[in-house]
Amino acid sequence: MNRTFKNGGILLTLGLASFVLISAAAAFQAASIPTPRLINPDELVKILQSSEGEKPLMIQVGSHVLYSQAHIPGSEYIGPANSEIGLQQLRRRVESLPRSKFVLIYCGCCPWSHCPNVKPADDALRALGFTHVKVLYVANNFGADWVDKGYPVAKGD
Amino acid sequence: MRAKLLIGMALVAVCLGIYFLEHQSPPSAPRAAPADRALAPDFSLPDLTGRRLGLSTYRGKVVLLDFWATWCDPCREEIPHFVELQNKYRDRGFQILGVSMDDGPEPARDFYLRFKMNYPVVMGNAKIGERYGGVLGLPIAFLIGRDGRIYGKHIGATDITVFEEEIISLLQK
Repeated sequence: MNRTFKNGGILLTLGLASFVLISAAAAFQAASIPTPRLINPDELVKILQSSEGEKPLMIQVGSHVLYSQAHIPGSEYIGPANSEIGLQQLRRRVESLPRSKFVLIYCGCCPWSHCPNVKPADDALRALGFTHVKVLYVANNFGADWVDKGYPVAKGD
Repeated sequence: MRAKLLIGMALVAVCLGIYFLEHQSPPSAPRAAPADRALAPDFSLPDLTGRRLGLSTYRGKVVLLDFWATWCDPCREEIPHFVELQNKYRDRGFQILGVSMDDGPEPARDFYLRFKMNYPVVMGNAKIGERYGGVLGLPIAFLIGRDGRIYGKHIGATDITVFEEEIISLLQK
């Protein structure tokens, strides 16, 4: 009986370890970004349209094909932050900026919980010491949550 | 020992809960209005070998036009199901055509081989995205009838049974 429990315990421990690893992998997704670091599209629009307050440096960290079709006017294309090349470009772009600079990152390639880009970008900026970083919360995709809402859009490179 | 077992089971249950919560697919967006049924814009785009391929090549067939990218999780999850559908309905006049929205063909080529994709993939661009109403989020799939008209549009991860029902319906027309 004791052996049965012991074997069961080992199996449970292995199962637990597997799911902890799987959950840890999932933690790289956008869904693990704490809510206080997020900003909704309507909030961002208000900031951009306001005559007061600091305007963010806006960086798109997703696909260039999507950026070319539609992006937030004034935002810069950096490259997908799920790749080391994209992260290097992001670090290079911000390295000379004061760490208190308001930086906004966004992607909108995929539904929020599947976006592979915003979390690595957010992590990279935090690691560099940036204290005022916001991530645009795009629930479904940039088309549905920004373009279709009638918010300002620019096209091209 | 039993207490430890119960604690272990509870922890596994919590982890399972977290896993499924994080991996649940968002609901698919509603389909484009059936009354629309516009002609699907034709195109000529390079496939993964550089050969140009157009939608008109498949006129007379039911076509599933899938905008996807290798970095898009829900897109990747759909591909094995699309491979199955292609096998299952090829002989009845069904064809899938993938449009990769990756920034270059290399990742798509690797993916194509690794997942043993059995339908052609062309490299998309901003222009084709705009012609299809803006491909501003992936995946997006269009179902095109034998007459070249768009009968369905699915944004986001979509249950494969939904595609299959629509494919069968279009094949019977």
